[in-house]
Amino acid sequence: MDSMERSILHSDMNAFYASVEMLHHPEFDGRPLAVGGDPAARHGIVLTANYPAKRCGVKTGMALWQARQACPDLIFVPPRMDLYLRFSHLAHEIYMEYTDLVEPFGIDESWLDVTACASAAGDAPSIAEDISRRMKRELGLTVSIGVSWNKIFAKFGSDYRKPDAITVITRDNYRDIVWRAPASDLLMVGRATAKKLWTLGFHSIGDLALADPHILQAHLGKMGLILWTFANGEDETPVMPDGYSSPVKSIGNSTTSPRDLTDEDDVRAVIFLLSESVAARLKEHHFAGSLIGICVRDDGLAWFSRQHRIPIPTNISDEIAHRAMELFRASYTWDRPVRSIGVRVGMLQADSYCYQTDLFVDERLREKQFRMDVAMESIRRRFGHDALFRGRVYADRLLAGLEVHGDAEDRRGSSEDSRSFFADTAGTAGSVFTGSGGSGGPGTVWPGSGGVGTATDPAVAGAVHPHGYFEHGVRVFGGK
Amino acid sequence: MSERIGYKVYVDVAAEFTSGGILRPMWLIWEDGTRYEIDRVKKIERCASRRAGGTGIMYTCLVGGREIHLFYEENYRWFVEAR
Repeated sequence: MDSMERSILHSDMNAFYASVEMLHHPEFDGRPLAVGGDPAARHGIVLTANYPAKRCGVKTGMALWQARQACPDLIFVPPRMDLYLRFSHLAHEIYMEYTDLVEPFGIDESWLDVTACASAAGDAPSIAEDISRRMKRELGLTVSIGVSWNKIFAKFGSDYRKPDAITVITRDNYRDIVWRAPASDLLMVGRATAKKLWTLGFHSIGDLALADPHILQAHLGKMGLILWTFANGEDETPVMPDGYSSPVKSIGNSTTSPRDLTDEDDVRAVIFLLSESVAARLKEHHFAGSLIGICVRDDGLAWFSRQHRIPIPTNISDEIAHRAMELFRASYTWDRPVRSIGVRVGMLQADSYCYQTDLFVDERLREKQFRMDVAMESIRRRFGHDALFRGRVYADRLLAGLEVHGDAEDRRGSSEDSRSFFADTAGTAGSVFTGSGGSGGPGTVWPGSGGVGTATDPAVAGAVHPHGYFEHGVRVFGGK
Repeated sequence: MSERIGYKVYVDVAAEFTSGGILRPMWLIWEDGTRYEIDRVKKIERCASRRAGGTGIMYTCLVGGREIHLFYEENYRWFVEAR
């Protein structure tokens, strides 16, 4: 074996949220438990279930009523994110005693590169055992750990046997263990990619590994080559040191509405609300993006996501909302009412970047829309979100009061559910979000127009001051 | 004021910091109001309590010749694992 061979662990805290809750509820010992949202507010899905619940068929992402159907004795507890974050931090502290190369993958998983400390603290499998023992004793949680020479097989190993297990994948056994597993078990192979691979005849990871990489590339593009490298254990991506955080790749908001959305007007109202929030956050981070995506879940909890590339990067709520609406119209057939919607903008670049203008796009109008956004955001910052609504949103007070949830940070992968939320697109579209290049060249203008409409801008301040002028729901920026 | 949740009894504790930076409990007030002096701290380790539910720094203490487990929980409260 190569003396420079890396020793990488992937540690996965089993059924994390549920395990932390079980630790704090010893009275529920041995009973099925699920951590889930508030059923009354309809944020009712299972975030994590413990093993007794899983054995009854309760799965992450199920609606609460479905979970209860599968398991009538199921105990529901609301999530306590602050508690889980504290435990995640405690686990991180334990990892950090072995190496500073600890790269979190979500709240409950981490890669550790223990190459440098492997000789002092024993070999990699014994470090894994040590960590597993300490997690159990000090945090009261079980972990499954994969040990290998690359991140992909280490991750595979931690998924291979659960809970409370250690799987060592070596150059001698990977063909027997990894290659026999279905292709969908490989990191980055989501549902869509797995389906595609299946139709191409690549059923196992071994099939992928032995395939001609050019054929994979022809069918899957760049991702084909990446998967081929993964399957052969040739991934050389380093474990990022502690404190490293990957740049934001997309900004999105999603919400479950308090009532089902039954027609296009309902959906439009929600999409505008979400787009306003996304646009505000894009501006806050000085981003503009040229990939607009939506995801839609119906009341039967079937869901899909669609995305569309636009030529001019935007952070204007109107543009985002109209593109999102177009995507929705093109893809939803209204067989069922809609339960939740998400809007997302990807392919981010700095809002000060140059871009190629379009002959048919009215840049003056865009500038106006941008100023309108900035004014609206400024008013909301000062007087609260409820200070101002578009007319079409205001028409339904129930929807107007909707809470929208951001996920800019989650797209770096910081929570269990956010990962599954985008899991399906990971395989096919994951790489799309890494690109950012903007086209410079002749005929470019500067979006963002720095300095427009800050809180001290007289235009904005003047508009706000006349008392009561911007009362709730005045059709200030009335819908078109 | 103490508070009991199953086998977990949150208690008032007086503790001192040694010059070496070690946090050491001196006495606690049990749920019946009795004040118990901690005669000796035998062991300090990070540990989860499956019986009471939770995790923190576990102090194995001698109180009146008997051993108790006093936890400084990760939420900065002290609890005793009840018998």
